Amino acid sequence: MTSEQQTIVKNGLWKNNVALVQLLGLCPLLAVTSTFINGLGLGIATLITLVLSNTFVSIIRHWTRPEVRIPIFVLIIASIVTAIELAMNAWFYELFLVLGIFIPLIVTNCSILARAEAFAARNNVLDSALDGFMMGMGFILVLITLGGMRELLGQGTLFADAHLMFGSAAEGMELTLSDDYPGFLLAILPPGAFIGLGFLIAIKNAVDRYQSKKVVRVAAPVKPAESPA
Amino acid sequence: MLFRKASAPFINAQANVHSIMYQVLYALIPGTLAAIYFFGWGVLINLVIAASICLLSEALVLKLRARPVSTSLKDGSALITACLLALALPPLVPWWLTVIASIFAIVIAKQLYGGLGFNLFNPAMVGYIVVMISFPREMTFWTAPLGAVDSWLSFGDTFSIIFHGVLADQSSIDSVTMATPMDTLKTQIGLENDIESTRNHEVYGALFSNISGTGWQWINILFLLSGLWMIKQKVIDWRIPVSFLLSLLLISNFFAVSDYASYPSAVFHLFSGGTMLCAFFIATDPISACTTPKGRWIYGAGIGVLVYTIRNWGGYPDGIAFAVVLMNMAVPLLDYYTQPRIYGKNEVE
Repeated sequence: MTSEQQTIVKNGLWKNNVALVQLLGLCPLLAVTSTFINGLGLGIATLITLVLSNTFVSIIRHWTRPEVRIPIFVLIIASIVTAIELAMNAWFYELFLVLGIFIPLIVTNCSILARAEAFAARNNVLDSALDGFMMGMGFILVLITLGGMRELLGQGTLFADAHLMFGSAAEGMELTLSDDYPGFLLAILPPGAFIGLGFLIAIKNAVDRYQSKKVVRVAAPVKPAESPA
Repeated sequence: MLFRKASAPFINAQANVHSIMYQVLYALIPGTLAAIYFFGWGVLINLVIAASICLLSEALVLKLRARPVSTSLKDGSALITACLLALALPPLVPWWLTVIASIFAIVIAKQLYGGLGFNLFNPAMVGYIVVMISFPREMTFWTAPLGAVDSWLSFGDTFSIIFHGVLADQSSIDSVTMATPMDTLKTQIGLENDIESTRNHEVYGALFSNISGTGWQWINILFLLSGLWMIKQKVIDWRIPVSFLLSLLLISNFFAVSDYASYPSAVFHLFSGGTMLCAFFIATDPISACTTPKGRWIYGAGIGVLVYTIRNWGGYPDGIAFAVVLMNMAVPLLDYYTQPRIYGKNEVE
């Protein structure tokens, strides 16, 4: 893996994370993360869309005129999302019912258009596909963390309704905290999503700050004390 | 000969955050004592839990934010939040519910917004709303007030309910809880029983007094009196309570006159639930309320209309918390459009 590709990986998963840093695609992020499985389902759909749209946009990047690039990107993204929606309708019908309008709404997810415009339109196919995959993975990670957090707090379970995704074999996957957990409804309601995402962003920033401090300490261990200006 | 020169004002009030907050705290005492008298040990236990958690979380966040801890703790604002919360929560709520409400009030609604002076919303009301929408069942754990029953629930039973969820003899909590007068009226009107028959009902009748509800009327009257004292002391501005009570009076009177069988009288509205507590202690919060005179009139009137709307047509028996927080959101806009004219400037630009 070249160093450029390593940067792409790092950007997608952490440094330039779609949800935590770019704050794109918040509408589905906030709306469907009431459970872990819902988050995972929407995350995978978004991931596939990102990989495919980045690949196609990158393939045709030499023929797209800048004046009409946005409609072309949107057309590509819309076709991919429609295909995914039909596929989910066919094979994951119950999950499709739960996620509902948010599957077609992936079209309007800004992160996909943003990656097409900012990355795929000016990089080669392999890098673009990798970028789409890593951005999608970063998005999924946030979706399932937030979903798991809200599900655990809100109804005291984890991996509820796993059979929607993994078939009837996954019926027993559901973990329950305790039988008389009263359920913290706020976590499942919209405010819970906003507050939860706020905390995730805060944690990410805290980790970044902690690491940058460490780097400075390692790089410049001895520094003469400066007199205050 | 030297004369010490001083410029006007020659007499100045020694007002600071500390003294104002403590006067508010003193003013809360009579009403709180009345609430304890009528609802028993539960209120006291809630107060202790809320106060310790509020102070503790305030100290913790201040330390995290590297701010001076002791001066901010001593200003009494966290204690006021705790006191308002304990008065708003039902007396028999589980201990963890009070803890969650206190933490949300102090950490999220107050400190995350920047601490005292920067919070957009009234912290106590945010804490109350969080538990109200999250735990609707636990928020009905009211006891019948003294007067409707003969004696307090024993300390052992109250303690056991709050910390273990059952009475000391393991029997269910349902045997000692009772709906509040406002809740009862709402349910009965929903069942198409008129107010008169509810007031004279063999079971619920004991909950109602001549003015409003047994116990509730005295709690409200005491808050009204100490509120008037605060206005005299210039701790709070008179416009917000007056406009709030006036708008609630007018709108409830309008509906009560049009259909007295299914709309409670204006007096009932003014002296039930948290009306007086809201008028003088919650809506007048100097941080989250309007600061311009005209804005304060609109702010108070808005709360009155919203409270009445939620009480009559909303899903909750009382709507103080929602009304106050909704109007808190409108405060920046109201303040912006109601700036008083500066002397010497034209009215129309």
